[in-house]
Amino acid sequence: MEPLRIGKGTFASRLILGSGKYKDYDQMVACWEASGTECVTVALRRVDLKHEKEQKNLLDFVDRKRFTILPNTAGCFNAGDALRTARLARELGLGELVKLEVIADEETLLPHTAATIDATRILAREGFSVWAYTNDDPVAARALEEAGAAAVMPLGAPIGSGLGILNPRNIATIVHRAKVPIIVDAGVGTASDVTVAMELGVDGVLLNTGIAKAKDPVAMARAMKHACEAGRLAFLAGRMPKREAAAPSSPREGRFTG
Amino acid sequence: MRGGLGGSIRVKLNGEETDVERGSTIGEIVDRVVRDRSRIAVERNREIVPRASYDAAPVAEGDVIEVVSLVGGG
Repeated sequence: MEPLRIGKGTFASRLILGSGKYKDYDQMVACWEASGTECVTVALRRVDLKHEKEQKNLLDFVDRKRFTILPNTAGCFNAGDALRTARLARELGLGELVKLEVIADEETLLPHTAATIDATRILAREGFSVWAYTNDDPVAARALEEAGAAAVMPLGAPIGSGLGILNPRNIATIVHRAKVPIIVDAGVGTASDVTVAMELGVDGVLLNTGIAKAKDPVAMARAMKHACEAGRLAFLAGRMPKREAAAPSSPREGRFTG
Repeated sequence: MRGGLGGSIRVKLNGEETDVERGSTIGEIVDRVVRDRSRIAVERNREIVPRASYDAAPVAEGDVIEVVSLVGGG
């Protein structure tokens, strides 16, 4: 299968995984390996002033030759904080990649699209490869692309909800109009949700909770890998047209029964 | 204690009011809280402090310093 290309990055897998909500770092890495992903997203937070020295650091568990780290601005509620977070991530030596999230409020966790567009424009000008998290809104997706986003990441459903692809028609419209890669980010609950997204023609899927909170996360990671490949192959194959009425698959002629 | 020559000054470090020795650098402050400088990034008064200049960056009374690192997230 052809690789996923975003900006200067090339990824053999079309899945991007999160690094949150796992039992521990070993389970997290086992899930990454089982999913086939080559790109994982991480957050930035204050170090624990009292206990940082005794704690394990996420970076100690990541083979950077194998996994590209995509820092995110999760937890930012305005453009200014998202810019600070992206610049801190770059200072950490993570390159120019950023998954830009500007969240509107704590309750819905829905993206603040106007602020996201503003921040995209500034970060793109500073040389960042901006992967912009947004609503399933074709107008916002177009605006992000025009603002310089390297990839546009519409939600399937609210973050952490596992509700699947709530508005497949909008996702299809976004894909149809896009000149940059489209990644469904958020809302994926199970393997079929990934397949549905990929069958719509999106270039990839980012998920976290759907694997981390499965009863058996590693097994679910494996399921997600196959779901992603199946959806991509089905999209490329081109599905049959839907029709209202039944149509027999065996010939009507030559029947020898009643 | 505060304000005296050779005494301590007060900064806000990761949201906590913290007394540090007058003349301290960012480098001294980060070494107190982390093992490995390559795992963190630092902001002082909302401006990035490049890693290469930690030891040459003195802190002043009232500075707001953030020391951040990577954590799991989606």
